[in-house]
Parts: sequence; structure tokens; C-alpha cells
Amino acid sequence: MSVKASAEGLDFYYGDFHALKNIKMPIYEKRVTALIGPSGCGKSTFLRCFNRMHDLYPGNRYRGEIRLLPDNVNLLDKAIDPIEVRMRLSMVFQKPNPFPKSIFENVAYGLRVRGVNKRAILEEKVEEALRDAALWNEVKDRLNEQAFNLSGGQQQRMCIARALATEPELLLFDEPTSALDPIATASIEELIAELKDKVSILIVTHNMQQAARVSDFTAYMYLGELIEYGWTDDIFVKPKNKQTEDYITGRFG
Amino acid sequence: MARLDVTQIRALIVRHKRWDIIFGVVGIVCLAIGLMTFATLFVDMLLDGYTRLKPDFFTSFPSRRAGEAGILSAWVGTTLVMIVTAAVAVPLGVAAGIYLEEYAPSNWMTDIIEINISNLAGVPSIVYGLLALGLFVYQFGLGQSIATAGLTLALLILPVVIVATREAIRAIPSAIREAAYALGATRWQVVQGHILPYSMGGILTGVIIGMARAIGETAPIITIGALTFIAFLPPSPVTTELPFLSFEWLKSPFTVMPIQIFNWTSRPDPAFHANAAAAGFILVFMTLAMNGLAIWLRYRIRRNIKW
Repeated sequence: MSVKASAEGLDFYYGDFHALKNIKMPIYEKRVTALIGPSGCGKSTFLRCFNRMHDLYPGNRYRGEIRLLPDNVNLLDKAIDPIEVRMRLSMVFQKPNPFPKSIFENVAYGLRVRGVNKRAILEEKVEEALRDAALWNEVKDRLNEQAFNLSGGQQQRMCIARALATEPELLLFDEPTSALDPIATASIEELIAELKDKVSILIVTHNMQQAARVSDFTAYMYLGELIEYGWTDDIFVKPKNKQTEDYITGRFG
Repeated sequence: MARLDVTQIRALIVRHKRWDIIFGVVGIVCLAIGLMTFATLFVDMLLDGYTRLKPDFFTSFPSRRAGEAGILSAWVGTTLVMIVTAAVAVPLGVAAGIYLEEYAPSNWMTDIIEINISNLAGVPSIVYGLLALGLFVYQFGLGQSIATAGLTLALLILPVVIVATREAIRAIPSAIREAAYALGATRWQVVQGHILPYSMGGILTGVIIGMARAIGETAPIITIGALTFIAFLPPSPVTTELPFLSFEWLKSPFTVMPIQIFNWTSRPDPAFHANAAAAGFILVFMTLAMNGLAIWLRYRIRRNIKW
């Protein structure tokens, strides 16, 4: 089991607010790592450090490193263009956010950005991505329809296909099912379980049961700090830290 | 307070709903005043001028004889000036709007620029005329031509286009922007592939509304020297020899609809007033048509966008 990425001494500031405090944690290759914790604990903030989304807004500062293996490069290095980082990692957001374009153009967008314009190649890769996202059979006859016409669960799976089409090294999920109904949620969780054979996954979820169902490793965060990290089974059955235990048993949060 | 019984509740509702009705009535009266005024003006112009609304009105030049005077040079001049205005205002305004929304850092300099652009929209149009006279007519030597008029009006509606562009861009949810950036797009790729296409509806609406205002602006055009009795047309943009396109028309003297109307109303001969009314009706019709086009375009473009 090898390490895909690793946060080392990561601090993050929104202006003056110290949002992340000395986070140190590995992300293992071809495994699902879940980030859990109460609202405001910094899990989404941490996730968005990986693909430098904070660079889009002024006033944010990183300290520390996030190393991506195998080439051991620090993703947060100012010398590295955030666009390069985003070309290697993909993200799926909380609320499905399809572009107001056709399903085909949505999934193909990441490829177009990378300069792939030949129709044949795009069609092949779009089909592959939609199959991986378990959406191909439902949309194969209507690829040119507007993505907005899909249901919420389908839109989210399309967003997953869009993220997969570029063959990312690490797939980031930011509470992907919190805006979906239980049936759509179940289908996405099934999908994540299948996807981990292909790509390493880091998922933020406020739903503890989801973390327990879906992930191999879990990290519990609170007020910007990493309280505990370990195998999911260990965290949920015999947590070492009292704070973790309180959260998991529902005593607070 | 004791719980209200049903009769008390009903009496309360009746009393409160009275204010609903009062405001409803006041609202309708205000709306009616505005609409009736406009309708009266429109119908009045139509009645005064309908005798002159014949095809030859559109194809005749102005003349000393009221019955033969037409608006040919006026509507051609208006059309050509509008083309120049759009050709200048749209690229400049849209690019400026995109820069301010997507590229400019949020510091005090950008704030000052924003304040100034909003203020520009309130500058009296005659001031633009004076600016144009000094700058375009004399300094740049463009003379009293269609090019000058187009540039002047473009400056006039530039703040409208910039603000419309910025509002249209702001309406795009950040979720869409983040999705595009998260896929590895550069800023220009996001602007060209997403921001521009999605804001096109709002931008077009703003442009057309700006043009509808420009079409009726008289003061700056008089200042730069549009003539009032023009019995010729500017040279045609399309020629019969290579390269089949000519720009001579930009340097040509010209007149526009509002000036022709003004000229006719100031004549003592009442027969010319019918001409003025007919031309006024046509001008209002053109403005309404442009606004209608803006609304229709916005509806069509907005249809595909749901967020």
C-alpha cells in the first residue's frame, strides 16, 4: 500500500483567521480516505488546499506542504502554477454544478482544456468516463441534450464523469451527496466503492455513516486540527481519542 | 394576549387587506398615468403624421416642399451612425467589463475606476458633444462625419455596456466558475468558454438598451455638426470594384432622425409638422422595436440556462 499524497505541517489562513493548524496526514493510493467532523472544522478547507482552489480568492495563505507522490512535488509551492495542480487532481463539488451545455460537452470540457479536440478521441474518452460513472446506459442516446435536464443524482454522476475524463491522480469529493436524496446517495456511494480501484479518493462528508460505509481510512477534524486518523474500522469501533469518541457516538456535533 | 377567536381573526384580516387593495389601486393608477401619457403621445403623433406615412416618405430626400420631403438621408444616417456606435461600444465595453470583473485585483485603484464609470453614465450628453468637438473633430481631424458621431455616441453608451456586462457576469454562479477552474482551465479559457457565452444574454440586452438611448440623442450630434438639410446619401459601403468594401462613408457629412425632426418642427409652415410627427412616430417605433428585440433575445438566450 503506497502513499499517494501527504500533508505535512499544513497551516492555512483565511486572512487573519487561522483555519488549519499543523495538519499531518497521508492519503493512500487507490484507497478512499474520509474527512469527518462537525461544521466549521476545516475539512472542506483542507480538501480545497489540494487543488489550490483557495488561490482563486484573495487573502488566503498556505504554510507547510502537501506532497504528491511519486514525484514528491509540493503542491502548495508558489513556484508551481495552480493550473498544473488542477490538471493532475479533479474535484466533485457539493451541489452538482453542470455547465449549461450538453452532456457531451460537459464531460469533454476537461479534455478540451488540455487541447484534445479530435472528435473521435473525445467520443471515446467521454464514453469511458460515463461508463466509469455508471451513467452511460442512461444517457448514451441523449448526449447532446442539456445537462440540466438530468435529475440531481444523474447530474452529480455526470460531474463525476467530468472529473474522471481527465484521468486524475487524486479525486477530491466535497460532500458529494449532501444535496441528493437517499437513493441517489446510495448510487454515488456504490460508485465510489467501485472507483477506488482506479483512482485514489479523498472525500469530505458530514455523514458519519457514509464515512463508515465507504472509506478505508478516516480522519476526524475539529476546529482546524486533525484529532485522530486511522483505519475506518478502528476509528469507528475503538477510537483512541475521547473527542473522536464523543463525535462518533453523537454526543456532540 | 388571549388567543384570538375566528371572528376576530377575520375582522383583522379584512382591516389589513384594505391596505393591500389601496396599494393595488395606487399602483395601477401610477402605471396607468405612465402608460396613458405614452400612448397619447404615440397616437397623437400617428394621427398628425399618418398622411405622410407612405413608401415615398422613406425614399425621398428633404425638400422645401413639405409634401415631397422625406427621411431617406435621415434614416440612412441614423443606421450608419448606429453601426459605428455598436462597432466601437460593444468590443470596448465588453472587454472593459470582463477585465473589471475577472482580471482586476480588488484594490483602491479598481474602486476608483468603478466609481468613475458609474458617474460617466450621468454626464449630460452635451458634454460628450463638446468633448467630441474638441477631440474627434479638431484634434484627430475626423471632421463633422459619421465616424465622429459614431465615436461620440459610443462613448456615451460605454458606461451602460460596461455595467450591463458586469451585471451579466456577476449573475453567473461561482459554482460554475469553480467547476471550470477545477478542471485545469486558465482564466482566459474560463472567460471564453463559459463567462462570455453565459453572459451574452445580459450583455446583448444592455447593448440594445444603450443603442435605443443613443438613437435619440440629439445634443451631442448637433454639437459636432450634423447638418440638417442633406440631399445626398453617404457613399455606399459596398463598391463594384475590389476590394468591394469602402470606408469612404465614414468621412461623409450626414444627418440623423432626431435632427431632421427638430428641423421640421422649427419651420413655420404647418405642413412640415405632419412630416415631423410621422418621423417622430417612426423614431419611437424604431426604439420600441429595438427594446422588443432586446427582450426577445434575452428570453431566447436565457432559455438554455438554468441555475
